[in-house]
Amino acid sequence: MSIALEHINYVYSPGTAYEKQALKDVSLVIPQGQFVGIIGHTGSGKSTLIQHLNGLVRAASGRLLYEGKNIYEEGYDMRWLRSQVGLVFQYPEHQLFEVDVLSDVCFGPKNQGLTQEECEERAKEALALVGFPEKYYRQSPFELSGGQKRRVAIAGVLAMRPKVLVLDEPTAGLDPKGRDEILDQVERLHKETGMTVILVSHSMEDVARYVERIIVMNRGEKMLDGAPREVFRHCKELEKVGLAAPQVTYVMHDLKERGFDLSPDATTIEEAADEIMRSLS
Amino acid sequence: MIRDITIGQYYPAESRIHRLDPRVKIVCTLLFLVSLFIQNSLAGYVIATVFLGAVIRLSEVPLKYIVKGLKPIVILLLFTVAMNLFLTQGGGRLVHFWIFTITENGLRTSVFMAVRLMYLVAGSSIMTFTTSPNGLTDGMEKLLHPLNKVNIPVHEVAMMMSIALRFIPILLEETDKIMKAQMARGADFESGNIIQRAKAMIPILVPLFVSAFRRANDLAMAMEARCYHGGEGRTKMKPLKYKARDRMTYIITVVYVAAAFAAGRFADFKLWIF
Repeated sequence: MSIALEHINYVYSPGTAYEKQALKDVSLVIPQGQFVGIIGHTGSGKSTLIQHLNGLVRAASGRLLYEGKNIYEEGYDMRWLRSQVGLVFQYPEHQLFEVDVLSDVCFGPKNQGLTQEECEERAKEALALVGFPEKYYRQSPFELSGGQKRRVAIAGVLAMRPKVLVLDEPTAGLDPKGRDEILDQVERLHKETGMTVILVSHSMEDVARYVERIIVMNRGEKMLDGAPREVFRHCKELEKVGLAAPQVTYVMHDLKERGFDLSPDATTIEEAADEIMRSLS
Repeated sequence: MIRDITIGQYYPAESRIHRLDPRVKIVCTLLFLVSLFIQNSLAGYVIATVFLGAVIRLSEVPLKYIVKGLKPIVILLLFTVAMNLFLTQGGGRLVHFWIFTITENGLRTSVFMAVRLMYLVAGSSIMTFTTSPNGLTDGMEKLLHPLNKVNIPVHEVAMMMSIALRFIPILLEETDKIMKAQMARGADFESGNIIQRAKAMIPILVPLFVSAFRRANDLAMAMEARCYHGGEGRTKMKPLKYKARDRMTYIITVVYVAAAFAAGRFADFKLWIF
Protein backbone atom coordinates (compact mmCIF):
# COMPACT_ATOMS: atom_id res chain seq x y z
CA MET A 1 0.00 0.00 0.00
CA SER A 2 2.47 2.63 -1.04
CA ILE A 3 4.03 4.53 -3.90
CA ALA A 4 7.64 3.77 -4.73
CA LEU A 5 9.74 5.65 -7.29
CA GLU A 6 12.92 3.97 -8.44
CA HIS A 7 15.55 5.97 -10.34
CA ILE A 8 13.04 8.10 -12.22
CA ASN A 9 14.48 10.31 -15.00
CA TYR A 10 12.51 12.69 -17.17
CA VAL A 11 13.56 14.96 -20.04
CA TYR A 12 11.40 17.72 -21.58
CA SER A 13 11.33 18.07 -25.40
CA PRO A 14 14.22 15.68 -26.03
CA GLY A 15 16.23 16.39 -29.17
CA THR A 16 15.23 20.07 -29.54
CA ALA A 17 16.71 23.43 -28.60
CA TYR A 18 14.46 23.47 -25.54
CA GLU A 19 15.67 20.13 -24.14
CA LYS A 20 15.76 20.10 -20.37
CA GLN A 21 16.27 17.37 -17.83
CA ALA A 22 13.41 17.87 -15.39
CA LEU A 23 14.05 14.91 -13.09
CA LYS A 24 17.38 13.31 -12.30
CA ASP A 25 17.47 9.84 -10.76
CA VAL A 26 14.71 10.42 -8.21
CA SER A 27 14.00 7.54 -5.81
CA LEU A 28 11.59 7.67 -2.90
CA VAL A 29 8.94 5.66 -1.07
CA ILE A 30 5.73 7.17 0.24
CA PRO A 31 3.87 4.82 2.59
CA GLN A 32 0.08 4.82 2.79
CA GLY A 33 -1.35 7.40 5.21
CA GLN A 34 1.63 9.76 5.32
CA PHE A 35 1.23 13.54 5.09
CA VAL A 36 4.12 14.63 2.86
CA GLY A 37 5.21 18.07 1.72
CA ILE A 38 7.20 18.55 -1.49
CA ILE A 39 9.06 21.83 -1.60
CA GLY A 40 11.15 23.41 -4.29
CA HIS A 41 11.81 26.57 -6.21
CA THR A 42 10.02 27.28 -9.51
CA GLY A 43 11.43 24.86 -12.07
CA SER A 44 12.82 22.45 -9.48
CA GLY A 45 10.80 19.60 -10.96
CA LYS A 46 8.20 19.27 -8.23
CA SER A 47 5.19 19.61 -10.56
CA THR A 48 6.76 17.18 -13.02
CA LEU A 49 7.39 14.75 -10.18
CA ILE A 50 3.78 14.64 -9.02
CA GLN A 51 2.49 14.19 -12.58
CA HIS A 52 4.41 10.94 -12.61
CA LEU A 53 2.50 9.68 -9.60
CA ASN A 54 -0.73 9.09 -11.53
CA GLY A 55 0.90 8.28 -14.86
CA LEU A 56 0.09 11.56 -16.67
CA VAL A 57 3.78 11.90 -17.49
CA ARG A 58 5.79 8.85 -18.34
CA ALA A 59 9.34 8.64 -17.04
CA ALA A 60 12.15 8.30 -19.60
CA SER A 61 13.70 5.65 -17.41
CA GLY A 62 13.11 4.11 -14.01
CA ARG A 63 10.20 2.30 -12.37
CA LEU A 64 7.16 3.53 -10.50
CA LEU A 65 5.41 1.02 -8.27
CA TYR A 66 1.91 1.60 -6.96
CA GLU A 67 0.95 -1.02 -4.37
CA GLY A 68 3.84 -3.10 -5.59
CA LYS A 69 2.89 -3.11 -9.28
CA ASN A 70 4.94 -1.36 -11.97
CA ILE A 71 2.62 1.15 -13.65
CA TYR A 72 4.73 1.19 -16.83
CA GLU A 73 4.00 -2.46 -17.47
CA GLU A 74 1.98 -3.17 -20.59
CA GLY A 75 -1.76 -3.35 -19.97
CA TYR A 76 -1.67 -1.47 -16.66
CA ASP A 77 -5.02 0.23 -16.04
CA MET A 78 -4.06 3.93 -15.96
CA ARG A 79 -7.62 5.13 -15.43
CA TRP A 80 -7.89 3.01 -12.33
CA LEU A 81 -4.58 4.42 -11.10
CA ARG A 82 -5.88 7.95 -11.66
CA SER A 83 -8.91 7.24 -9.51
CA GLN A 84 -6.62 5.89 -6.77
CA VAL A 85 -4.10 8.72 -6.91
CA GLY A 86 -6.19 11.89 -7.10
CA LEU A 87 -4.19 14.81 -8.50
CA VAL A 88 -5.39 18.37 -7.93
CA PHE A 89 -3.57 20.77 -10.26
CA GLN A 90 -2.52 24.31 -9.58
CA TYR A 91 -5.47 26.68 -9.94
CA PRO A 92 -7.84 23.70 -10.16
CA GLU A 93 -10.82 26.03 -10.56
CA HIS A 94 -9.70 26.52 -14.18
CA GLN A 95 -10.95 23.03 -14.98
CA LEU A 96 -14.59 23.59 -13.94
CA PHE A 97 -17.01 23.30 -16.85
CA GLU A 98 -20.43 22.03 -15.81
CA VAL A 99 -23.68 23.98 -15.40
CA ASP A 100 -23.83 23.49 -11.65
CA VAL A 101 -21.52 22.54 -8.80
CA LEU A 102 -22.96 19.08 -8.18
CA SER A 103 -22.70 17.93 -11.82
CA ASP A 104 -19.13 19.17 -11.99
CA VAL A 105 -18.11 17.14 -8.98
CA CYS A 106 -19.94 14.16 -10.54
CA PHE A 107 -17.59 14.20 -13.55
CA GLY A 108 -14.92 12.03 -11.91
CA PRO A 109 -17.26 9.31 -10.55
CA LYS A 110 -19.15 9.29 -13.85
CA ASN A 111 -15.88 8.50 -15.63
CA GLN A 112 -15.47 5.61 -13.24
CA GLY A 113 -18.69 4.18 -14.66
CA LEU A 114 -20.94 4.66 -11.63
CA THR A 115 -24.71 5.22 -11.82
CA GLN A 116 -26.22 8.68 -11.50
CA GLU A 117 -27.34 8.06 -7.86
CA GLU A 118 -23.95 6.73 -6.81
CA CYS A 119 -22.25 9.69 -8.49
CA GLU A 120 -24.44 12.20 -6.65
CA GLU A 121 -23.96 10.41 -3.38
CA ARG A 122 -20.20 10.56 -3.77
CA ALA A 123 -20.30 14.16 -4.96
CA LYS A 124 -22.28 15.20 -1.88
CA GLU A 125 -19.90 13.29 0.36
CA ALA A 126 -16.88 14.98 -1.27
CA LEU A 127 -18.43 18.44 -1.06
CA ALA A 128 -19.15 17.85 2.61
CA LEU A 129 -15.54 16.78 3.15
CA VAL A 130 -14.24 20.10 1.81
CA GLY A 131 -16.84 22.02 3.80
CA PHE A 132 -18.79 23.37 0.85
CA PRO A 133 -22.20 24.79 1.88
CA GLU A 134 -25.16 22.72 0.65
CA LYS A 135 -27.26 25.67 -0.46
CA TYR A 136 -24.90 26.37 -3.37
CA TYR A 137 -25.00 22.85 -4.87
CA ARG A 138 -27.19 23.95 -7.78
CA GLN A 139 -25.30 27.17 -8.48
CA SER A 140 -23.06 27.65 -11.50
CA PRO A 141 -19.43 27.06 -10.47
CA PHE A 142 -18.43 30.18 -12.39
CA GLU A 143 -20.41 32.41 -10.02
CA LEU A 144 -18.58 31.31 -6.87
CA SER A 145 -15.76 33.11 -5.07
CA GLY A 146 -12.17 32.02 -5.66
CA GLY A 147 -11.91 30.01 -2.45
CA GLN A 148 -15.23 28.24 -3.00
CA LYS A 149 -14.31 27.40 -6.62
CA ARG A 150 -11.15 25.78 -5.36
CA ARG A 151 -13.12 23.69 -2.85
CA VAL A 152 -15.40 22.49 -5.64
CA ALA A 153 -12.40 21.55 -7.76
CA ILE A 154 -10.77 19.63 -4.91
CA ALA A 155 -14.10 17.88 -4.24
CA GLY A 156 -14.13 16.94 -7.94
CA VAL A 157 -11.06 14.82 -7.30
CA LEU A 158 -12.13 13.56 -3.87
CA ALA A 159 -15.39 12.27 -5.32
CA MET A 160 -13.44 9.47 -6.97
CA ARG A 161 -12.52 8.29 -3.44
CA PRO A 162 -8.77 8.24 -4.06
CA LYS A 163 -6.43 6.60 -1.56
CA VAL A 164 -3.78 9.22 -2.26
CA LEU A 165 -4.47 12.93 -2.66
CA VAL A 166 -1.85 15.07 -4.39
CA LEU A 167 -2.30 18.84 -4.23
CA ASP A 168 -0.15 21.16 -6.38
CA GLU A 169 0.09 24.56 -4.66
CA PRO A 170 -3.46 24.43 -3.31
CA THR A 171 -3.13 27.87 -1.75
CA ALA A 172 -1.75 29.80 -4.74
CA GLY A 173 -3.61 33.05 -5.29
CA LEU A 174 -5.69 32.83 -2.11
CA ASP A 175 -5.73 35.41 0.69
CA PRO A 176 -4.28 34.36 4.09
CA LYS A 177 -7.72 33.43 5.41
CA GLY A 178 -8.59 31.31 2.39
CA ARG A 179 -5.15 29.71 2.59
CA ASP A 180 -5.54 28.68 6.24
CA GLU A 181 -9.06 27.40 5.60
CA ILE A 182 -7.99 25.19 2.71
CA LEU A 183 -4.96 23.82 4.55
CA ASP A 184 -6.95 23.16 7.75
CA GLN A 185 -9.52 21.35 5.63
CA VAL A 186 -6.82 19.23 4.02
CA GLU A 187 -5.39 18.38 7.42
CA ARG A 188 -8.83 17.35 8.70
CA LEU A 189 -9.28 15.21 5.58
CA HIS A 190 -6.02 13.45 6.27
CA LYS A 191 -6.99 12.78 9.90
CA GLU A 192 -10.54 11.66 9.18
CA THR A 193 -10.02 9.48 6.13
CA GLY A 194 -6.45 8.34 6.69
CA MET A 195 -5.55 8.93 3.07
CA THR A 196 -2.04 9.75 1.95
CA VAL A 197 -1.73 13.47 1.29
CA ILE A 198 1.06 14.96 -0.79
CA LEU A 199 1.22 18.73 -0.61
CA VAL A 200 3.35 20.65 -3.10
CA SER A 201 4.32 24.15 -2.12
CA HIS A 202 7.07 26.70 -2.16
CA SER A 203 6.07 28.16 1.15
CA MET A 204 7.93 26.60 4.06
CA GLU A 205 5.55 28.19 6.56
CA ASP A 206 2.54 26.49 4.96
CA VAL A 207 4.12 23.12 4.86
CA ALA A 208 5.93 23.08 8.20
CA ARG A 209 2.71 23.45 10.14
CA TYR A 210 0.98 20.44 8.67
CA VAL A 211 3.20 17.74 7.24
CA GLU A 212 5.12 14.93 8.92
CA ARG A 213 7.77 14.67 6.21
CA ILE A 214 9.33 17.14 3.78
CA ILE A 215 10.99 16.37 0.48
CA VAL A 216 13.07 19.23 -0.94
CA MET A 217 13.56 19.27 -4.70
CA ASN A 218 16.33 21.22 -6.40
CA ARG A 219 17.10 21.23 -10.15
CA GLY A 220 15.29 17.97 -10.68
CA GLU A 221 17.05 16.17 -7.85
CA LYS A 222 15.90 15.15 -4.40
CA MET A 223 18.00 17.35 -2.13
CA LEU A 224 16.66 16.65 1.35
CA ASP A 225 14.11 14.23 2.74
CA GLY A 226 13.02 13.95 6.36
CA ALA A 227 10.89 15.27 9.19
CA PRO A 228 10.44 19.09 9.14
CA ARG A 229 12.78 19.77 12.01
CA GLU A 230 15.53 17.65 10.43
CA VAL A 231 15.12 19.42 7.09
CA PHE A 232 15.10 22.89 8.59
CA ARG A 233 18.32 22.16 10.44
CA HIS A 234 19.88 22.62 6.97
CA CYS A 235 18.59 26.18 6.70
CA LYS A 236 21.92 27.43 5.29
CA GLU A 237 21.79 24.96 2.40
CA LEU A 238 18.13 25.76 1.81
CA GLU A 239 18.97 29.42 1.43
CA LYS A 240 21.57 28.64 -1.20
CA VAL A 241 18.90 27.12 -3.44
CA GLY A 242 16.51 30.02 -2.94
CA LEU A 243 14.38 28.49 -0.19
CA ALA A 244 14.16 29.43 3.45
CA ALA A 245 13.24 27.80 6.71
CA PRO A 246 10.21 29.25 8.52
CA GLN A 247 10.98 32.68 9.96
CA VAL A 248 10.46 31.41 13.48
CA THR A 249 13.31 28.93 13.01
CA TYR A 250 15.66 31.85 12.32
CA VAL A 251 14.46 33.62 15.45
CA MET A 252 15.21 30.50 17.48
CA HIS A 253 18.67 30.15 15.97
CA ASP A 254 19.39 33.83 16.75
CA LEU A 255 18.18 33.42 20.32
CA LYS A 256 20.41 30.42 20.83
CA GLU A 257 23.40 32.33 19.43
CA ARG A 258 22.76 35.14 21.88
CA GLY A 259 23.03 32.73 24.79
CA PHE A 260 19.52 31.46 25.40
CA ASP A 261 19.46 27.87 26.51
CA LEU A 262 16.99 26.39 24.06
CA SER A 263 16.75 23.95 21.16
CA PRO A 264 16.45 25.85 17.88
CA ASP A 265 14.47 23.10 16.10
CA ALA A 266 11.01 24.66 16.47
CA THR A 267 9.22 24.97 13.13
CA THR A 268 5.92 26.54 14.16
CA ILE A 269 5.13 29.58 16.24
CA GLU A 270 3.36 27.45 18.88
CA GLU A 271 6.36 25.15 19.32
CA ALA A 272 8.69 28.13 19.51
CA ALA A 273 6.53 29.81 22.15
CA ASP A 274 6.56 26.63 24.27
CA GLU A 275 10.30 26.25 23.91
CA ILE A 276 10.98 29.87 24.90
CA MET A 277 8.67 29.56 27.88
CA ARG A 278 10.47 26.39 28.93
CA SER A 279 13.89 28.00 28.73
CA LEU A 280 12.76 31.08 30.68
CA SER A 281 11.12 29.21 33.50
CA MET B 1 2.55 16.71 -27.14
CA ILE B 2 0.91 19.69 -28.86
CA ARG B 3 3.93 21.81 -28.06
CA ASP B 4 5.95 20.12 -30.77
CA ILE B 5 4.34 22.08 -33.62
CA THR B 6 7.14 24.02 -35.31
CA ILE B 7 5.46 25.79 -38.23
CA GLY B 8 5.38 29.54 -37.76
CA GLN B 9 7.54 29.35 -34.67
CA TYR B 10 10.40 31.55 -33.67
CA TYR B 11 13.82 29.96 -33.23
CA PRO B 12 15.83 32.10 -30.82
CA ALA B 13 19.40 32.75 -31.99
CA GLU B 14 21.71 35.67 -32.64
CA SER B 15 22.51 35.16 -36.31
CA ARG B 16 22.98 37.79 -39.03
CA ILE B 17 19.59 36.93 -40.45
CA HIS B 18 17.95 37.36 -37.04
CA ARG B 19 19.40 40.85 -36.74
CA LEU B 20 17.99 42.09 -40.05
CA ASP B 21 15.13 44.56 -40.11
CA PRO B 22 11.85 42.60 -40.27
CA ARG B 23 10.75 44.64 -43.29
CA VAL B 24 13.79 43.40 -45.19
CA LYS B 25 12.94 39.83 -44.33
CA ILE B 26 9.30 40.20 -45.36
CA VAL B 27 10.10 41.88 -48.69
CA CYS B 28 12.99 39.56 -49.52
CA THR B 29 10.92 36.49 -48.69
CA LEU B 30 8.25 37.75 -51.08
CA LEU B 31 10.92 38.37 -53.72
CA PHE B 32 12.26 34.86 -53.20
CA LEU B 33 8.79 33.36 -53.57
CA VAL B 34 8.23 35.37 -56.76
CA SER B 35 11.60 34.26 -58.10
CA LEU B 36 10.47 30.65 -57.77
CA PHE B 37 7.52 31.34 -60.03
CA ILE B 38 9.03 33.49 -62.76
CA GLN B 39 11.59 30.91 -63.80
CA ASN B 40 11.42 27.25 -64.61
CA SER B 41 14.89 26.18 -65.59
CA LEU B 42 17.52 23.93 -64.13
CA ALA B 43 20.03 26.78 -63.94
CA GLY B 44 17.46 28.90 -62.11
CA TYR B 45 16.83 26.15 -59.56
CA VAL B 46 20.53 25.64 -58.99
CA ILE B 47 20.90 29.34 -58.17
CA ALA B 48 17.81 29.24 -55.93
CA THR B 49 19.23 26.22 -54.07
CA VAL B 50 22.54 27.97 -53.49
CA PHE B 51 20.76 31.12 -52.31
CA LEU B 52 18.39 29.28 -49.98
CA GLY B 53 21.19 27.07 -48.65
CA ALA B 54 23.32 30.11 -47.89
CA VAL B 55 20.45 31.83 -46.07
CA ILE B 56 19.68 28.73 -43.98
CA ARG B 57 23.36 28.43 -43.12
CA LEU B 58 23.56 32.10 -42.10
CA SER B 59 20.38 31.90 -40.04
CA GLU B 60 21.86 29.24 -37.72
CA VAL B 61 18.50 27.44 -37.66
CA PRO B 62 19.19 23.69 -37.69
CA LEU B 63 18.21 22.07 -40.99
CA LYS B 64 16.21 19.54 -38.94
CA TYR B 65 13.76 22.29 -37.92
CA ILE B 66 13.19 23.36 -41.50
CA VAL B 67 12.64 19.80 -42.65
CA LYS B 68 10.19 19.30 -39.79
CA GLY B 69 8.28 22.35 -41.02
CA LEU B 70 7.82 20.58 -44.37
CA LYS B 71 5.88 17.73 -42.79
CA PRO B 72 2.43 19.36 -42.97
CA ILE B 73 2.69 19.71 -46.76
CA VAL B 74 3.71 16.11 -47.47
CA ILE B 75 0.23 15.08 -48.63
CA LEU B 76 -0.17 18.16 -50.80
CA LEU B 77 3.28 17.47 -52.20
CA LEU B 78 2.54 13.83 -53.05
CA PHE B 79 -0.78 14.78 -54.63
CA THR B 80 0.79 17.49 -56.81
CA VAL B 81 3.63 15.25 -57.86
CA ALA B 82 1.24 12.41 -58.79
CA MET B 83 -1.05 14.70 -60.76
CA ASN B 84 1.79 16.25 -62.71
CA LEU B 85 3.55 12.95 -63.22
CA PHE B 86 0.61 11.15 -64.80
CA LEU B 87 -1.37 13.94 -66.44
CA THR B 88 1.28 16.01 -68.19
CA GLN B 89 1.63 15.17 -71.87
CA GLY B 90 4.47 15.83 -74.27
CA GLY B 91 8.05 14.72 -74.81
CA GLY B 92 9.12 11.10 -75.11
CA ARG B 93 7.36 8.32 -73.24
CA LEU B 94 9.37 6.96 -70.30
CA VAL B 95 7.07 4.39 -68.72
CA HIS B 96 3.73 3.01 -69.79
CA PHE B 97 1.53 0.48 -68.03
CA TRP B 98 -2.26 -0.04 -68.16
CA ILE B 99 -3.76 3.49 -68.24
CA PHE B 100 -0.75 5.25 -66.74
CA THR B 101 1.81 7.00 -68.84
CA ILE B 102 4.81 8.90 -67.62
CA THR B 103 6.28 11.29 -70.13
CA GLU B 104 9.53 13.23 -70.05
CA ASN B 105 7.60 16.46 -69.61
CA GLY B 106 5.57 14.92 -66.80
CA LEU B 107 8.65 13.88 -64.85
CA ARG B 108 10.27 17.23 -65.42
CA THR B 109 7.22 19.25 -64.30
CA SER B 110 6.56 17.10 -61.24
CA VAL B 111 10.15 17.25 -60.01
CA PHE B 112 10.33 21.01 -60.51
CA MET B 113 6.93 21.45 -58.87
CA ALA B 114 7.98 19.44 -55.81
CA VAL B 115 11.19 21.44 -55.44
CA ARG B 116 9.29 24.69 -55.91
CA LEU B 117 6.74 23.80 -53.20
CA MET B 118 9.42 22.74 -50.74
CA TYR B 119 11.42 25.90 -51.34
CA LEU B 120 8.28 28.00 -50.90
CA VAL B 121 7.66 26.54 -47.44
CA ALA B 122 11.33 26.46 -46.46
CA GLY B 123 11.79 30.08 -47.60
CA SER B 124 8.85 31.38 -45.64
CA SER B 125 9.65 29.31 -42.55
CA ILE B 126 13.12 30.84 -42.50
CA MET B 127 11.39 34.18 -42.15
CA THR B 128 9.22 33.05 -39.22
CA PHE B 129 12.05 31.14 -37.58
CA THR B 130 14.31 34.20 -37.57
CA THR B 131 11.77 36.93 -36.81
CA SER B 132 9.90 37.17 -33.53
CA PRO B 133 6.12 37.55 -33.90
CA ASN B 134 6.39 41.08 -32.60
CA GLY B 135 9.06 41.89 -35.16
CA LEU B 136 6.88 40.52 -37.92
CA THR B 137 3.87 42.62 -36.99
CA ASP B 138 6.05 45.70 -36.54
CA GLY B 139 7.46 45.17 -40.01
CA MET B 140 4.01 44.58 -41.49
CA GLU B 141 2.65 47.69 -39.83
CA LYS B 142 5.42 49.85 -41.21
CA LEU B 143 5.21 48.33 -44.69
CA LEU B 144 1.44 48.74 -44.86
CA HIS B 145 1.49 52.20 -43.30
CA PRO B 146 0.53 53.96 -46.57
CA LEU B 147 -2.82 52.15 -46.44
CA ASN B 148 -3.80 54.46 -43.56
CA LYS B 149 -4.50 57.05 -46.23
CA VAL B 150 -7.36 54.95 -47.58
CA ASN B 151 -8.82 54.56 -44.08
CA ILE B 152 -7.57 51.08 -43.30
CA PRO B 153 -6.72 50.92 -39.57
CA VAL B 154 -3.27 49.41 -40.09
CA HIS B 155 -2.09 49.86 -36.52
CA GLU B 156 -5.18 48.22 -35.03
CA VAL B 157 -4.93 45.28 -37.41
CA ALA B 158 -1.24 44.86 -36.56
CA MET B 159 -2.01 45.01 -32.84
CA MET B 160 -4.71 42.36 -33.22
CA MET B 161 -2.30 40.19 -35.14
CA SER B 162 0.45 40.44 -32.57
CA ILE B 163 -1.98 39.70 -29.73
CA ALA B 164 -3.36 36.71 -31.62
CA LEU B 165 0.16 35.39 -32.23
CA ARG B 166 1.13 35.95 -28.61
CA PHE B 167 -1.88 33.94 -27.48
CA ILE B 168 -1.12 30.84 -29.52
CA PRO B 169 1.51 29.38 -27.16
CA ILE B 170 -0.46 30.52 -24.10
CA LEU B 171 -3.61 28.75 -25.23
CA LEU B 172 -1.67 25.66 -26.28
CA GLU B 173 -0.17 25.41 -22.83
CA GLU B 174 -3.57 26.02 -21.27
CA THR B 175 -5.10 23.24 -23.37
CA ASP B 176 -2.36 20.89 -22.27
CA LYS B 177 -3.00 21.75 -18.63
CA ILE B 178 -6.77 21.39 -18.84
CA MET B 179 -6.46 18.09 -20.69
CA LYS B 180 -4.21 16.74 -17.98
CA ALA B 181 -6.49 18.00 -15.23
CA GLN B 182 -9.51 16.27 -16.81
CA MET B 183 -7.51 13.11 -17.43
CA ALA B 184 -6.65 13.13 -13.72
CA ARG B 185 -10.42 13.00 -13.18
CA GLY B 186 -10.68 9.96 -15.39
CA ALA B 187 -11.62 11.64 -18.69
CA ASP B 188 -10.89 9.57 -21.79
CA PHE B 189 -10.22 11.32 -25.10
CA GLU B 190 -9.03 8.39 -27.13
CA SER B 191 -11.74 5.75 -27.24
CA GLY B 192 -15.34 5.78 -28.43
CA ASN B 193 -17.06 6.74 -31.68
CA ILE B 194 -16.97 10.18 -33.22
CA ILE B 195 -19.95 11.50 -31.23
CA GLN B 196 -18.56 10.27 -27.92
CA ARG B 197 -15.23 11.83 -28.77
CA ALA B 198 -16.83 15.15 -29.65
CA LYS B 199 -18.68 15.03 -26.32
CA ALA B 200 -15.43 14.27 -24.53
CA MET B 201 -14.10 17.62 -25.82
CA ILE B 202 -16.66 19.64 -23.82
CA PRO B 203 -14.71 19.41 -20.54
CA ILE B 204 -11.72 20.88 -22.40
CA LEU B 205 -13.43 23.48 -24.55
CA VAL B 206 -15.57 25.11 -21.87
CA PRO B 207 -12.68 25.86 -19.50
CA LEU B 208 -10.53 26.90 -22.47
CA PHE B 209 -13.10 29.46 -23.65
CA VAL B 210 -13.61 30.72 -20.13
CA SER B 211 -9.88 31.20 -19.70
CA ALA B 212 -9.48 32.83 -23.13
CA PHE B 213 -12.17 35.37 -22.25
CA ARG B 214 -10.68 35.94 -18.82
CA ARG B 215 -7.25 36.58 -20.34
CA ALA B 216 -8.68 38.86 -23.03
CA ASN B 217 -10.50 40.81 -20.36
CA ASP B 218 -7.38 41.14 -18.20
CA LEU B 219 -5.32 42.23 -21.18
CA ALA B 220 -7.86 44.85 -22.24
CA MET B 221 -7.92 46.15 -18.69
CA ALA B 222 -4.11 46.31 -18.51
CA MET B 223 -3.95 48.15 -21.83
CA GLU B 224 -6.57 50.67 -20.73
CA ALA B 225 -4.74 51.19 -17.46
CA ARG B 226 -1.70 52.22 -19.49
CA CYS B 227 -3.78 54.65 -21.53
CA TYR B 228 -3.68 52.68 -24.77
CA HIS B 229 -5.94 54.35 -27.31
CA GLY B 230 -4.91 53.03 -30.70
CA GLY B 231 -2.26 54.12 -33.16
CA GLU B 232 -2.91 57.87 -33.27
CA GLY B 233 0.25 59.71 -32.18
CA ARG B 234 1.82 56.54 -30.81
CA THR B 235 5.58 56.24 -31.08
CA LYS B 236 7.79 53.17 -30.80
CA MET B 237 10.41 52.42 -28.23
CA LYS B 238 12.54 50.81 -30.91
CA PRO B 239 11.57 52.42 -34.22
CA LEU B 240 12.53 50.39 -37.28
CA LYS B 241 15.42 51.97 -39.15
CA TYR B 242 17.24 50.63 -42.17
CA LYS B 243 20.95 50.05 -41.61
CA ALA B 244 23.74 49.31 -44.05
CA ARG B 245 23.26 45.53 -43.72
CA ASP B 246 19.57 45.91 -44.55
CA ARG B 247 20.33 47.82 -47.75
CA MET B 248 22.99 45.27 -48.60
CA THR B 249 20.44 42.45 -48.19
CA TYR B 250 18.01 44.16 -50.54
CA ILE B 251 20.75 44.46 -53.15
CA ILE B 252 21.84 40.83 -52.78
CA THR B 253 18.26 39.57 -53.07
CA VAL B 254 17.52 41.66 -56.14
CA VAL B 255 20.75 40.47 -57.74
CA TYR B 256 19.75 36.89 -56.93
CA VAL B 257 16.29 37.28 -58.51
CA ALA B 258 17.78 38.83 -61.63
CA ALA B 259 20.46 36.12 -61.82
CA ALA B 260 17.94 33.30 -61.44
CA PHE B 261 15.75 34.81 -64.12
CA ALA B 262 18.58 35.59 -66.50
CA ALA B 263 20.25 32.20 -66.04
CA GLY B 264 17.05 30.49 -67.15
CA ARG B 265 16.86 32.73 -70.21
CA PHE B 266 20.43 32.96 -71.41
CA ALA B 267 22.66 30.45 -69.63
CA ASP B 268 20.46 27.40 -69.17
CA PHE B 269 21.98 23.95 -69.55
CA LYS B 270 20.43 20.53 -69.81
CA LEU B 271 21.00 17.45 -67.74
CA TRP B 272 19.22 14.52 -69.36
CA ILE B 273 15.61 15.74 -69.59
CA PHE B 274 15.78 18.54 -67.04
